[in-house]
Amino acid sequence: MIQLVELSVNGERHDLAIEPRRTLVDVLRHDLGLTGTHVGCEHGICGACTVLVDGAPARACLIFAAQVEGAEIRTVESLSSDGELNDLQRCFSEHHGLQCGFCTPGMLMLAEGYLAEEPEPTTEEIREVVASNLCRCTGYQTIVEAIDDCAARRRAALQDRLDRRAS
Amino acid sequence: MKPAAFEYHRARSVSGAVGLLTELGDEAKIVAGGQSLVAMMNFRLARPEHLVDITHIDGLAGIRREGDTLRIGALTTHRAVEKADLGDFAVLSRAMRWVGHLPIRTRGTVGGSIAHADATAEWCLLAVLLEARILVEGPSGRREISAEEFFLGPFTTALEPDELIVELVFPRPAPRAALTEYADRKGDFALVAAAVDLDTDRIVLGGVGPVPAVVRGESYTGTTVRARAAAAADSLELRDEPGISAHYRRGLVRTLVERAYEEAARG
Ligand SMILES: Cc1cc2nc3c(=O)[nH]c(=O)nc-3n(C[C@H](O)[C@H](O)[C@H](O)COP(=O)(O)OP(=O)(O)OC[C@H]3O[C@@H](n4cnc5c(N)ncnc54)[C@H](O)[C@@H]3O)c2cc1C
Ligand code: FES
Ligand code: FES
Repeated sequence: MIQLVELSVNGERHDLAIEPRRTLVDVLRHDLGLTGTHVGCEHGICGACTVLVDGAPARACLIFAAQVEGAEIRTVESLSSDGELNDLQRCFSEHHGLQCGFCTPGMLMLAEGYLAEEPEPTTEEIREVVASNLCRCTGYQTIVEAIDDCAARRRAALQDRLDRRAS
Repeated sequence: MKPAAFEYHRARSVSGAVGLLTELGDEAKIVAGGQSLVAMMNFRLARPEHLVDITHIDGLAGIRREGDTLRIGALTTHRAVEKADLGDFAVLSRAMRWVGHLPIRTRGTVGGSIAHADATAEWCLLAVLLEARILVEGPSGRREISAEEFFLGPFTTALEPDELIVELVFPRPAPRAALTEYADRKGDFALVAAAVDLDTDRIVLGGVGPVPAVVRGESYTGTTVRARAAAAADSLELRDEPGISAHYRRGLVRTLVERAYEEAARG
């Protein structure tokens, strides 16, 4: 059985003719060629497949693509623009928040979704959120520091804009 | 692994979903957040021939306060409850941080947890602790089932295959209740979970039997927190299991009941 599914990924519309059993992560990687999103365990544990569904971090291996018709999906490919890494990605790089890089797309989307909702997290809260995804290389400390730093920079930038508007 | 093939059906209303379930019979299953079912399908532990997607039904998500009663729609996510300001039902929001991790909580639903009926699931414990009623709809209309009668065994409930959970109804506020638990890794299902309500003097435990276990009042008559927790732990029939002895589990029960009492008193 083939299902016609209209999917919106990174602001672009895609018309798919897929089997209903196709998970979102397989559609992203195999049908749309967006291989930035990784896949590991396929049962929700590792978080390598984390993407944003209507802004909220979610496991793309535990969603059938047909279920998220009408939702806005964002993958790691949406972070950079014109070949430039975004601020979160630069923080990961500066703080050595990655080694092999397998967990990185999932970690980035987890952090991107979380910071949008919670711009002022404590370090302890960041640690708790980062525990959602597995990293076998870094020991997490550098990932926590990268997210912490990115949040601080975004807050400073916002304050700066507000100050400038006031003066 | 990849799931076995199935036919996909999107329900637009509760009665539409019930109609599909009736028509498709035993080979059909509801999918909500998918956080339990899709994982089982990927492992091929579940191979439904038909999936009825209820996530596009309007009005099945949301939290409503009616007097002393709190009604939580089946499609409400764990995350929505965690973020909600529930006043004297805040125990529900506080308990959500124990449910998996953030990306699980953004998709997983209250109705899915209750239907899945894992004996350590936080929602199952909370429903039994606070004497919630589960509102379900089937071909012959709606009925309410008390939480204590709903859970029949591990992953087994009083729900008929052609019935759908519509809502969870909490009958009265629980300003002095708490849930706490222990798992080897943060976010895992609990090894043991303990929930208490000081106002109704109830203790409910997860991980000590096939369904959330209500500890009967007569088994914890002590007047110190420690004595009550010890009595609750001693009242349980536990067996040694691979990797976890009855002694260890009993110790966890004692400690977690004590902690739950302390947290409940803090409110
Ligand atoms: C890594 C990981 C960790 C987790 N940790 C925890 C945890 O610590 N505690 C915990 O409680 N849960 C945990 N979960 C499970 C999670 O809470 C699920 O959300 C929940 O068990 C099922 O909800 P769902 O909406 O995803 O249901 P689904 O997976 O879509 O469905 C589960 C079952 O319920 C049925 N169903 C769903 N909705 C309805 C309805 N409205 N009426 C009738 N039947 C219905 C389905 O047919 C299926 O049988 C974890 C999951 C993962 C992947
Ligand atoms: S691949 Fe999705 S959580 Fe591991
Ligand atoms: S950098 Fe290798 S798994 Fe995280």
